[in-house]
Amino acid sequence: MLQIKFSNRGNTLIVRLNGELDHHAADDVKRKIDNEMIKPACKNIVFDLSKLIFMDSSGIGVIMGRYKNIYKTNGKIMIVCSNPHIVKLLEMSGIPKIIPIFDNVDKAVKKALEVAEYDAK
Amino acid sequence: MMQNDETMASYKGKPINEMTLIFPAKSCNESFARVVAASFVSQLDPTVEELADVKTAVSEAVTNSIIHGYENQTGNIKMVCSLYQDSIEIEIIDEGNGIENIELAMQPLYTSKPEMERSGMGFTVMETFMDKVNVESEVGKGTKVAMCKRFKSIGK
Repeated sequence: MLQIKFSNRGNTLIVRLNGELDHHAADDVKRKIDNEMIKPACKNIVFDLSKLIFMDSSGIGVIMGRYKNIYKTNGKIMIVCSNPHIVKLLEMSGIPKIIPIFDNVDKAVKKALEVAEYDAK
Repeated sequence: MMQNDETMASYKGKPINEMTLIFPAKSCNESFARVVAASFVSQLDPTVEELADVKTAVSEAVTNSIIHGYENQTGNIKMVCSLYQDSIEIEIIDEGNGIENIELAMQPLYTSKPEMERSGMGFTVMETFMDKVNVESEVGKGTKVAMCKRFKSIGK
């Protein structure tokens, strides 16, 4: 089972995933995130995976798919995760080379805003 | 059927316990299968990390059977687990489409279904989290993925 919760901080959408992210859960998560992302207030995404207890390569597909979409609109994407097994999976896929990983949401949101501001200059 | 002569010799010998599970190729059974495998292997008392490795590998193999083997059509998946003193062998068997080019399918980032936003990392995950992965497949007949893992934590 996977629960998904959305919250906003400025133009950053925080996606909090609680439970298990596999192929069974992936399509629903993609649809719900994409529905949020079409709202004009949404520019950046922070994936909060700190309550995620399981993820397989389907989760990598979800994150990479959102990365491709958000890249087109110059948005930023950040990950919050400290579960060693999920971090290992993310590292295996090379995600940390393009998406920074933080240990808490505040740091991730702050970084998204900083990078967005820097780009705007 | 493609044969692989390299037997998983070091894991052979007599299993101390065995289990077979047959279930329909439904995505809701992905979590069921990995929890059953983890529960079965728990008899050996592996670490949380080792259990997570097994769960993830099973999840990948079962997902492949559902998406690629049966392409979301009906069919059964068989999971055979053999437990040894310090290791497990898990086979995930389907009677689906089979894989035309196993070598290509096992390449990191390769996916036959890019439109589905699959990462193409399934086999790479299995190979990273398990010690050995052996794939046998025949087009139109099905696929068998056999995976072994030795638990280094056991006996220490």
